[in-house]
Amino acid sequence: MANIRTMTFDGVIVGGGGSGLRAALELSQSGYKTAVISKVFPTRSHTVSAQGGITCAIASTEPDDDWRWHMYDTVKGSDYIGDQDAIEYMCSEGPQAVFELEHMGLPFSRNEDGRIYQRPFGGQSREYGKGGQAARTCAAADRTGHALLHTLYQANLKNNTVFFNEWYAVDLVKNQHGHVVGLIAICIEDGEVVFIKSKATVLATGGAGRIYASTTNALINTGDGIGMAMRAGVPQQDMEMWQFHPTGIYGAGTLITEGSRGEGGYLVNKDGERFMERYAPNAKDLAGRDVVARSMVLEILEGRGVGPDADHVLLKLDHLGEKVLNDKLPGILELSRTFAHVDPVKEPIPVVPTCHYMMGGIPTNIHGQALGQNPDGTDNVIEGLYACGEAACVSVHGANRLGGNSLLDLVVFGRASGIYIEKMLSSGIEQQEASDSDLELGLSRLDKLNQSSSGEKVADLRKELQVIMQNHFGVFRKGDFMREGIQKLQAMRERIENPHLQDKSNAFNTARVEALELQNLFEVAEATAIAAEGREESRGAHARDDFTERDDDNWLCHSMFFPDTKTLGKRKVNFAPKTVPTFEPMIRTY
Amino acid sequence: MLVSVYRYNPETDLKPSMRDYQIEIPGGKDLMVLDVLAMVKEQDDSVAYRRSCREGVCGSDGMNINGVNGLACITPLSDVVKNDKLVLRPLPGLPVVRDLVVDMSIFYKQYERIEPYLQNDDPVPAIERLQSPEDRAKLDGLYECILCACCSTNCPSFWWNPEKFVGPAGLLQAYRFLADSRDTHTDERLANLEDPFSVFRCRGIMNCVAVCPKGLNPTKAIGHIREMLMERGA
Repeated sequence: MANIRTMTFDGVIVGGGGSGLRAALELSQSGYKTAVISKVFPTRSHTVSAQGGITCAIASTEPDDDWRWHMYDTVKGSDYIGDQDAIEYMCSEGPQAVFELEHMGLPFSRNEDGRIYQRPFGGQSREYGKGGQAARTCAAADRTGHALLHTLYQANLKNNTVFFNEWYAVDLVKNQHGHVVGLIAICIEDGEVVFIKSKATVLATGGAGRIYASTTNALINTGDGIGMAMRAGVPQQDMEMWQFHPTGIYGAGTLITEGSRGEGGYLVNKDGERFMERYAPNAKDLAGRDVVARSMVLEILEGRGVGPDADHVLLKLDHLGEKVLNDKLPGILELSRTFAHVDPVKEPIPVVPTCHYMMGGIPTNIHGQALGQNPDGTDNVIEGLYACGEAACVSVHGANRLGGNSLLDLVVFGRASGIYIEKMLSSGIEQQEASDSDLELGLSRLDKLNQSSSGEKVADLRKELQVIMQNHFGVFRKGDFMREGIQKLQAMRERIENPHLQDKSNAFNTARVEALELQNLFEVAEATAIAAEGREESRGAHARDDFTERDDDNWLCHSMFFPDTKTLGKRKVNFAPKTVPTFEPMIRTY
Repeated sequence: MLVSVYRYNPETDLKPSMRDYQIEIPGGKDLMVLDVLAMVKEQDDSVAYRRSCREGVCGSDGMNINGVNGLACITPLSDVVKNDKLVLRPLPGLPVVRDLVVDMSIFYKQYERIEPYLQNDDPVPAIERLQSPEDRAKLDGLYECILCACCSTNCPSFWWNPEKFVGPAGLLQAYRFLADSRDTHTDERLANLEDPFSVFRCRGIMNCVAVCPKGLNPTKAIGHIREMLMERGA
């Protein structure tokens, strides 16, 4: 086997965030030899930054709540291209998954009766949109992601999961029969390259918000799993669908939770007007995130922005009073003081829509199995490969994710992947083998970097890429402008595949990791660009100046980006939930 | 601005040294130390440091900044820089892997030693376990720890006995579970901490409190553990 060490596991999970740790826990608990490969110590994964909570109909603050209402909201929020079988699974399994987290020790905030505290979030309703605003997001103050991630890491410690912390996954290893048999990884601390062989490989690598210049995402969110999957020929679904969060701190990009509006905060323009009353008369500031973000941009474009450049708006919280802010939004006070130099107790926070979440990703079924497409348009399962969390597109978010649904998605489908893999392992699936040439792909990319003697700096290329994405594929998009963006990207490929790695040492070489990350960012960016140009309509987060309406006749479907040909195809949306009637597409207003 | 960075690469350097970088700081903006480090790395991609969330919640970029431990991403230059000079060193007291990256194994080992997970032998209910807001409030100031190690690497007792003294970060988490009304293993947890070193090596110096970037107070938590141990012994 090529000249590298091989390690063998029943299941290997790439990524130590919420979905990866939940999948790992499920497998470890059942006694299978499970490894987590994470490029950072697990509690440094981006799940830690989630603030407002995990949306789920546990019927606590909302005593007669019903998961079907949550399902309705999620389908509507997705602008009807979320898969209804997957949304049904997430919303109905959700309560069990959330109670399990509490049993593991997650320090949820509490109501007087001792049950979990829930707050209102955007796009939430009672009685299928007819009963007014619901309060469905379970919270641990405004540090829910931190509490969740630490709890899951702790539960994995308890169950003896094997951690490869600060190891970087380079590429999948796929054999001649198309089975994924493991991956190539590099130990960041000493540079050793190994083949990690496994019966099941789970990509739980999170999002890629770093393709944009302005993002709420951590620096590590570089779409590594998406890049790995694409180099192995796996198509990507709905890559044009990027969520811009309404309230990133102006200038810094740091997130201010939607929970701040859930607790009663609201947006104002330069005239002090609560402008969301005009755009969404019922839900106002708690309309879908895509709706609020677009409204903010329109206010700015029409000259009602705030500041010397009139390029942002304000989030007002001071009327909530110091006590509510201290109890419910302590993290927001901290972030605002540090990054915006304002004290929300006294003054509003300057905010602007900021790239936040990748709705698209690796297409999977509800068991986390990665899917390819047959020539006749039907799905085929890619043996040995799974995905969950933000890297996956199962798809519960469709064209727009509701706040609080990402934490639920990662827990429910991390768990579901683990349960399914456990079933496969106990049914006795065999370890598939790989030949030396199968290992070449991952090794050749590394070799090329290690031998580079010319080329451009990674930092410069990354900046250039981020500016192209920011300018050409932002909140509002237009065909000719996107085509110009695609050309610019295509001109970059050669340069990004051959950057100059000056530092070739083995000990904790972060320059090498950043070069590999840049190549993943590029794959995500190109898929996003081509999918965005191809979808000729406006739906959810994808808003086009040249196709301003939703087009259900042609685009009530997923987009599929095929990396080998760089072409865009379509995939059917699932409209067949098992236990409830289909939610038919309707005009989406808030 | 002059940025002086601790450099050490085990493959090429016999011993560590400080290397200076001249960095042009754009006017009108109060940059964070992490922003400056990124500018250093643009000049010299061989500088190694950890970073992730860049907003003070992941705990990756704990380092010694002009002599004081802190998180680079939430430390504004205006807070720490005097005479236009910034000196960056790794967290003290832990082995250096490379440059600003320290080996945190012993720190994590002490965290694992306190069994940082809820233990409750009662059957699990069909819904969540109930907890009053008052009982939940006892966890505030404890659960928010981000494991950045700024505190433990600022503690002389931890420098002296890193194998035997749990250290402020580990003990803060030990108390987080002792204080949780849902945890039933109080007695076992205390028994695990009873020896002369695990807790009692804390001398109340409060160096941990002085540097915690999240404003937490490990010394206070350690005080509560001491009281519980005394009561248990009596």
